[in-house]
Amino acid sequence: MKQNKTVASTIFDVFNHVFLGIWAIITVLPFLYVLAASFAPDSEIKTRTFFIIPHNPTLLTYKFIFASNYFLRSMFNSVIITVGGTLVNLFFTFTMAYALSKKHFIGRSIVLNGVIFTMLFGGGMIPTYLLVKSLGLLNSYWALWLPGAISPFNFFVVKNFFQEMPQDLEDAARIDGCTEAQVLWKIILPLSKPIIATFALFYGVGHWNSWFGALLYINDAEKWPVQLILRQIVMLSTTLASDLTQFDPNFQPPQESLKMAIIVVATLPIMLLYPWLQKYFIKGMFIGSLKE
Amino acid sequence: MKNNIINGPKKKGENDLMTATTSIWKRLKKDKWLYILALPGILYFIIFRYIPMFGIVVAFQDFNPFLGFWKSPWVGFEHFKTLFTDPDFPMLFRNTLLISFYNILFYFPVPIILALLINEVRNQVYKRIVQTCVYVPHFVSMVVIASITYVLLSSETGVINNILYSLTGKKIEFLTDPRWFRALIIIQSIWKEAGWGTIIFLAALSNVDPTLYEAAIVDGATRWQQTWHITIPSIMSTVIILFILRLGHLLDTGFEQIFLMKNPINRSVAEVFDTYVYQVGVTQGAYSYSTAVGLFKSVVGLILIQVSNYLSKKFTETSLF
Repeated sequence: MKQNKTVASTIFDVFNHVFLGIWAIITVLPFLYVLAASFAPDSEIKTRTFFIIPHNPTLLTYKFIFASNYFLRSMFNSVIITVGGTLVNLFFTFTMAYALSKKHFIGRSIVLNGVIFTMLFGGGMIPTYLLVKSLGLLNSYWALWLPGAISPFNFFVVKNFFQEMPQDLEDAARIDGCTEAQVLWKIILPLSKPIIATFALFYGVGHWNSWFGALLYINDAEKWPVQLILRQIVMLSTTLASDLTQFDPNFQPPQESLKMAIIVVATLPIMLLYPWLQKYFIKGMFIGSLKE
Repeated sequence: MKNNIINGPKKKGENDLMTATTSIWKRLKKDKWLYILALPGILYFIIFRYIPMFGIVVAFQDFNPFLGFWKSPWVGFEHFKTLFTDPDFPMLFRNTLLISFYNILFYFPVPIILALLINEVRNQVYKRIVQTCVYVPHFVSMVVIASITYVLLSSETGVINNILYSLTGKKIEFLTDPRWFRALIIIQSIWKEAGWGTIIFLAALSNVDPTLYEAAIVDGATRWQQTWHITIPSIMSTVIILFILRLGHLLDTGFEQIFLMKNPINRSVAEVFDTYVYQVGVTQGAYSYSTAVGLFKSVVGLILIQVSNYLSKKFTETSLF
C-alpha cells in the first residue's frame, strides 16, 4: 500500500515503532531477569538491582534442583499429567466431534444444545468436588483428567472441522468396500493430523500449566505437579528441606535463585514448544473466531 | 408416509408408530459405530457436567457427607438468607464488581489500541518480532506469572523495590498493601493477556478491503483520517461483541489470579465470590453454604449472559445463541 509521506505521518511511525519496541521489551524483560537471576548467587541478586547477564554465573541451583528427589518427582508427575490428560482430551473430544458432525445422527440437536448449555451454566466447584470425591477419584490423576475431558469450545471447533471435510472421499472409500473403522483410520485420521496437532498443543499446554486441580484433588504431595511445587516455594516460602540432607548436609540452597530456577524449569517446556505453539495457536484461534 | 407397493397402503396409528420405531432401530443399527463413538463424550457430559448441576441441591440442604444427597436434611433457602446477611457479603460483592469494572475500564481497551498500533507497522519482520514478544506471557501458567510478580515486587529482594529504594529511599509493600491490590491485578492482566488479545482484532483488521484505503488516499485522506474513517469502523462490530460478552461475565474475576495474589493482609479488597467458595467450601468443609454462594454467582452470571446476548442481538445483529 502506498502511503502519503507527510511529516506528521513520519513522526507517528517513529513514535509507534519505538513505543511498540518498548512494550515488547517490557513484556519479556521479567522473564529474562528471572532467567539471569537463576544462574546468579543470592548475594548478587541482593546487591545488584537489575541485570540480564550475571557477573558470577553458577549452576549450583540447578544442580541442587536436579539432585532433589522431591523436585524430580514433581517434574515426572507433570509429564504424566500432561501426556495422560492430553490423550484423554483428544480421545473424548475427537470421537464425539466426529460422530456429531454427521447430520443424520439421531438426537443430534438435543446433544449439541446440551453441550451449549454447559458453556453457560455449571454445577460449580463444590458439587464437582463432591462428585469426584464420591467417584473415589481423589488422590488419583483421573481427577485431573476426567472432569475436563472435553472443552465445549474445542469440541465445536473440531466438529465444524469434520463437518467441512469433503464427504465424497468417505463415500468413495465405502463404495470400495472399506468398513467404518477403515474409513476412520485410513481416510479421516490422516486428513485430521493438523487439527489433532493443534488441539494436542491446546490441551497439553493447559495441563502443563494447571495446578489448581491438583491442589483441590491431590492430597498426596508426592503426586503434585511442578506448578504446585512452585507455588509452595515462591508464595508460601517452603523449602525442599527434606532433600537438603541427601544433597549435602552442610549445604544451604540459595533461597532467591532457587525460586528463579524453579520458575525457569516450570516454564521451559512451553518456551521450547513456543515456535510451534505460536503457529498452531494462531491458526486455531482463527478457526475458532471465524466460525462463531 | 409412503405407500408400500408390496404391503399396500398402511392403516393409520400403531403401524405408523411401529415402522417409525423400526426405522429408527434400523438407522441406529446401520450407524452403530457412530453412536459407539459418541458414547464416551455423551457420558462425559452427563456425568461431569450435568450431575454436578443436580448436585446443586446441596445448597438447599444441610449436606452431610455421611448421609449423602438423599438423606441430608432439607433447609430450603436458609443458606441464601445466611449469605445475604453475612457481614462478608457486601465486601464480596464490592470486590467482585470493582475488579471486574476496573478490568473493563483499564484492561479492555488495551488490546484494541495495541492491535491498531501493530497494524500500522509496515515492516513485516519488526511486526513479527513485536508480536512474538507480546504473546509469550499468555502461554505461561498463572503460577509462574504470580511467582514472577512476587520476586519482582517483594519488599526485601524485589528488583522494583530496590530501584525505588535507590531513587527515593523508600519501599512500597506492593504485595500486601490493600491499596495496591487492584492496580496490581489489572497490570498483571495487561502484561499476561493484552498481547494475545490483539490477535482477534488483527484478524478483523486483515479482513478490511484494501481498495477502501486506496480510494481514501486518492481522496487525499491523511493516515489519521484513514484510521478514523476506515480502520476503526471496520473493527467496531468485533469490539462491540467482545464488550457485550465481557459484560456477560461481570462476576467472573479470574479465580486463579486472585487466589494466588490474595493474602491475609489484603483480604479486604481481594476476596471475591470464587475464592470465598473455595475458602469456606473446601478448606472449611461448609459444602452446603459454599454451594449456595456458587449458585448465587452462577445464576446472576446466567442472567447477565442472557441480557447481554439480547442486547447483542438487538444492537449488533450478532448473538451467541
